[in-house]
Amino acid sequence: MSALLDVRDLRVSFPTADGVVEAVRGLSFQVEAGKTLGIVGESGSGKSVTTQTIVGLTQGAETSGEAMFDGRELLAASPEVLRSIRGAEIALIFQDPLSSLHPQYRVGWQIVEAICAHETVGKKAARGRTLELLRRVGIPNAERRIDDFPHQFSGGMRQRAMIAMALALNPKLLIADEPTTALDVTVQAQIIELMKSVQEDFGTAIVMITHDLGVLADMADDVLVMYAGQAMERGARPAVYRRPHHPYTTGLFDALPSRGRGKALLTPIPGLPPSLIDPPKGCPFHPRCRFVFDPCRRDQPPLVAVDGDERHRSACWLPPTSEPRR
Amino acid sequence: MNTASNGEALVHLRDVVKHFPVGSGLFRRGGGEVVHAVDGVSIDVRRGETLGIVGETGCGKSTLARCMTRLYDLTSGSVTFDGRDISLLSPRDLRPFRLEMQMIFQDPYNSLNPRRRVGSIIGDPFAIHHSVDGAERKRRVQELMELVGLNPEHYNRFPAEFSGGQRQRIGVARALALRPKLIVCDEPVSALDVSIQAQIINLLAELQQQLGLTYVFIAHDLSVVRHVSDRIAVMYLGKVVEVARAEELFARPRHPYTNALLSAIPEVDRDDEVARPQRILLGGDVPSPIGPPSGCRFHPRCPKARERCSVEEPALEPKDGAAAVAACHYPVEPGELARPA
Repeated sequence: MSALLDVRDLRVSFPTADGVVEAVRGLSFQVEAGKTLGIVGESGSGKSVTTQTIVGLTQGAETSGEAMFDGRELLAASPEVLRSIRGAEIALIFQDPLSSLHPQYRVGWQIVEAICAHETVGKKAARGRTLELLRRVGIPNAERRIDDFPHQFSGGMRQRAMIAMALALNPKLLIADEPTTALDVTVQAQIIELMKSVQEDFGTAIVMITHDLGVLADMADDVLVMYAGQAMERGARPAVYRRPHHPYTTGLFDALPSRGRGKALLTPIPGLPPSLIDPPKGCPFHPRCRFVFDPCRRDQPPLVAVDGDERHRSACWLPPTSEPRR
Repeated sequence: MNTASNGEALVHLRDVVKHFPVGSGLFRRGGGEVVHAVDGVSIDVRRGETLGIVGETGCGKSTLARCMTRLYDLTSGSVTFDGRDISLLSPRDLRPFRLEMQMIFQDPYNSLNPRRRVGSIIGDPFAIHHSVDGAERKRRVQELMELVGLNPEHYNRFPAEFSGGQRQRIGVARALALRPKLIVCDEPVSALDVSIQAQIINLLAELQQQLGLTYVFIAHDLSVVRHVSDRIAVMYLGKVVEVARAEELFARPRHPYTNALLSAIPEVDRDDEVARPQRILLGGDVPSPIGPPSGCRFHPRCPKARERCSVEEPALEPKDGAAAVAACHYPVEPGELARPA
């Protein structure tokens, strides 16, 4: 089965006054139709830049590689083509719904406008669809709230409105960039349940970007762990979560406070993520890795199959066998 | 953070109320309405313990912290710190107490003045309280930097030259400068990445051991609060609805709100073969604190609410002989727990 989105050897760099920032350095991944890929990584790992580049939102960046979406190459596509895809076929939602909604226009109007920009429908029909969408995402009193301004919505409701807008044109792919980070856990749980039910109803594929391993445990089919612009590990979520191989992935799990560990000190990953202006030679994680040995400093490890599982791959020079997480 | 807490209260809050007038200022547009940010909270912070405070946005946890440290004047109620009632002290009379209670804030980017050097930021408390100056101050600041894991040679750098985690260390050093007894940490790690977050949590734990500090730890990440706290207070709409030892609160919540909050935690260690217990999804949003619901404030969203709940406000009291206290007429039964214990 060919993937809905197939990204190969993506490289993105930004020329800055301090030098060229290599934000994404040779990243490949696939998203299958109707499935959820979770991209996890820390600040500056390149996870947001990756998705923004795919939809043509990184201006001034130097890009190479290819991104096939549903039979079309996105990186070489013209701005017009991208504009027609963005919103209609690939929808995006972001962390902060207050700054993604225009403060001076009514919520309903903004969704109507998105529909009218891509389809030839009357305002009235578009409004009817908007109302239905707002109901679908669980806005109470939708017929009244449709004419509210964004500031009259709570944080959770704004994110629901953003999801309604994203779904308005029935996209094939929804890119959600930290959609629940600014929300309370209770609201976060509501939004995750909503995204899962929407995926079931509409068959939308989702790319979920987050730094929260817990959020992905609840919804991702596949997981991609990024560090310093590269894939450290990827595979089916249960495989990566139960038997993580890469020391960075295990480090992320170990740094979490979890139950049954009492008040013992946590195990942080020492040091800081590297600068991407002059990234370390070899494996980018080697300066912080506790298993570092000679090859790590010299050569960049390829993504190899772990435990013979072709889907579960890890970019590490250690033997490709994993152990279950404690 | 398990230093011996001998049960004696360092801070003692009684019926603390903090209301904010709506639309105060020139035009008074609120028509006399008030936000009931904190509405009658009584709780002790014991010497040497870490008291966690959790709750959704707008439940009043930060306001409570600011009342506790008297950054806000109370509307009514009292705060006793180290045996002395400080609720009505003037700013001048408060000064000696300010030495003993400090705060660490969430955002290490906005809580440090970008134009001042790190050395002078950390040295500020000494300057403000005229305790030491000159070479002695520099020596003390460098000592503090070393204590929190910063390179003392970076004394003359600006905050922009540090990463988020290092900046939070600067905030910790500043809070420690005057050897306080109490540190109120308001979301100290929420802005940090997981790997860095663990560094700061460990640092706070080690400092508590070394210096015998008492912490009030506010965070919305429940697994972090569970890890650091000896006891946890759960707040909802300006009220404390449950207080229990950390492990007990997670294993056996009594208040339906606590139960719902715990069930919302995304679980990394979830087992795919075992079906996850049905999440208790709370309907709607937190009601407005301007006109909070009658009776139990949680009743409009509570799965267990009955008529009594909308009329009679439940008292915060022990449930079935446990040490935990909860404010609920119909506490959670063992069969209704949202998470496996």
